[in-house]
Order: sequence, then structure tokens, then C-alpha cells
Amino acid sequence: MSQQEQLTVERAAEALRPLRRDGERAARGSLRAQIARLERELSAIVADGFPRLSPRAGIGPADSLAGPAAASGEPFGGPRLLGLEQLELMRDRLAGRVQDLRHREQQCVERQQRAHELLERMKLEPARYKFVRLPVAELGQGGCGVWEVRPRLGLIGMLAGWWQLKLSSGCPLERGPRSRRGPSPRS
Amino acid sequence: MPGWCAREVEEELPGLRLLSLEVEVARRGSLTGASPGDIQGRLRELSSRYRGATAVGVRREPVPAAYRVFFRHIGLDPDVMRTPIEAAVLERLLRGGFLSGGLLEDVLLIALVDTGVPVWALAADSLEGPLGVRASGEDERLGRSARAPALPAGRLVIADASTPLAILFGGLAPGHEPAASTRRLALFAVQVAGVPDVYVEEALWTGRLALEQP
Repeated sequence: MSQQEQLTVERAAEALRPLRRDGERAARGSLRAQIARLERELSAIVADGFPRLSPRAGIGPADSLAGPAAASGEPFGGPRLLGLEQLELMRDRLAGRVQDLRHREQQCVERQQRAHELLERMKLEPARYKFVRLPVAELGQGGCGVWEVRPRLGLIGMLAGWWQLKLSSGCPLERGPRSRRGPSPRS
Repeated sequence: MPGWCAREVEEELPGLRLLSLEVEVARRGSLTGASPGDIQGRLRELSSRYRGATAVGVRREPVPAAYRVFFRHIGLDPDVMRTPIEAAVLERLLRGGFLSGGLLEDVLLIALVDTGVPVWALAADSLEGPLGVRASGEDERLGRSARAPALPAGRLVIADASTPLAILFGGLAPGHEPAASTRRLALFAVQVAGVPDVYVEEALWTGRLALEQP
């Protein structure tokens, strides 16, 4: 390449530098917009899915930025202006979490749907589901109750084939079960 | 008073703004001592505002959501290193209320919970010029004291005319935090894109009014 041509190439590169800088800045702006959208989506999934989904669900070793820095919440070593590559990594990581949470949410919904169907069947034909237990938590309801198919009148019901669906009374007492001991003997 | 923002920071993070104001503490007693009855009453009142489901829903409210997005933009994970408002609400749930931690801490907490905007305080007499946001340079330290820790280059900091005095959304420089007997404070708040001006001003004024009352 002649000296004249070399000079022309350098001038062209010089002239293009601000354009490339502007282009990179625009790309970073676009990535930030994508991150903002994904963050809002993530927040909506977590808020709508609570308490089925833990707010920290999806943060773990599968994370592409896993490591001690990520565990401290500072995957890039504290607050800083992120470069194109770091923003891309952040965007991809967030997109992964959104996808993962959507998948978990979908699984939860399906599990609850199956539990509701099972409960309906247990109501209709209790004799076919002898001693089957279904915690209300699996139906997406709060509390500690459990639906269970039990024989009516104990052994008699078992022998006669009288089965019924019952809901247990709920959460255990904070102080533990009530004492079964009788009153203390008088001295 | 609006603070300054380094050009490269302003260009990369549009909407980022630092606001500060100086406060003469008129309350009697120490800044780290027990809060007066009106402040404690306000904390109790705010405690009843948050319950379990509300705490998770906070992240969808416009102002806390804006801080979450900003955290992502500066490379912080708000699900691990919580935004100030989410950290405060989580503490309230774990401890059963917004417990008093001393006059200044309580006033800053009230401003935060009321508006969603975090407010910090520095000892005004230790500042040299107005506060602003910039990235730290090579071989800089956090603060001017002998025990100032070294800062890695490129970290976003709150600085005065010469020295970084706080990490953005992080700790204050040793030697520049208000002491129990400090009477002049520089309160500052960080506004990010999506947070209306009125919230930031309200947060600073809440702090000012609470401290300037005799």
C-alpha cells in the first residue's frame, strides 16, 4: 500500500470513529431498554406467582454469572458503567431467569390443575381412592389442611365399604398438641 | 440543590440525578440516640402499612421498580443486593416492624418508606464543594481519612470536588459519616430514570423537616 493510500485509510478510520462510538452507545441503550423490560416482566411473574414461586427462585448455580461476586449481588464488582459485553451478559441472564420462572409457574399451574381434578374424582368416587391424602397446599390454597378418603364409622365402614372424603382440621397448634393427661391427682 | 454528574455517566445513564441539601439539626440530643416520640410514632404508623404480600408486590410499584431496573443497569442484582426500599420492607417483615435505630437512622428510614426514594447523610463539615456522581479513577480511596479503603477504578461513586465519599447505593466513606454530635448534615438522594422529581424532593424535605424541628 502506498503512503498516499495508507493516509486515506487512516483518515477514513478517523472519520468513522465517532460513528462507531455513537453506534455502540445506541446498542448499549437498546440493551438497557431490553433489560428494563425483562426486569419488569420478572417482577410481575414473581409478584403474581407469590407464594407459589419464591422471589429468589431461579437464582442459583445454573446462573451464567454464578460465582462469589454474583452471590454478593455484584456480578461485575460493584456499581459501574457496563460495557456492551457486560450488558449482553446481563440481558441474557435475565432472559434466562424469566424463561425459567415462566416454566416453573407453568409447572405449578399444571400440578394444581391435576390436584383439583383428583379432588373432584375423590369426591365423586371415594371408594376408588381409599386412604388417598391430598394436602390443600397442592391445590394452591394456604393452610395445613389435608383432604383424605376415610371409612365412615372406622372398621365398620371399612368392612361395609362406606367411604367418605374428609378435610382435616388445619394447622397444628403453636404450643403443640393438647395434653392428653387427665387432671393431676389431688394430694 | 441539584448535584453534578460526570458527562460519561450522564450519557450512559440518562435520568440519573443527585439532589442534596444542607440541614442544621435542631433536635436535642445525639443523632444516634433514641428518637423522640413523634418519630417513633411515625415509624409505628408506617409499620402497619406493609404485610407479607405487600412486601413482594413492592417491586411492581413505579418508584421501587425504577430502582430495580437501575440496579440492573449498573451491574447489581436487586434480588441479591436489595434496593433500599425492598431491604427496608424485608427488615420490617423479619423484625415485626420498623424498629428504631437512632434519630438519624429513623428519619432517613421514614423518608425512604414514605417515598420509596433512599436518602443518605454525610457530615456537611467534612465536604469540599458540591456532591455529584462519577466513576472512580485509578488509585483513588473512599474518603480522606487515614483508614479510607482503596477503590477499584470505574466504580460509581458519590464524590465532592476532590474525593469519593460514598459508593453509589453502597456504604459511606469512613470519617465522613455523621457522628452522634454532628449538627450540620448534607442529605442526598439519588434519582433514577422513572422516578418523578416530586418524590425525590419530598424524600429530602421529609428528612429536613424531621431534623430541623426543635
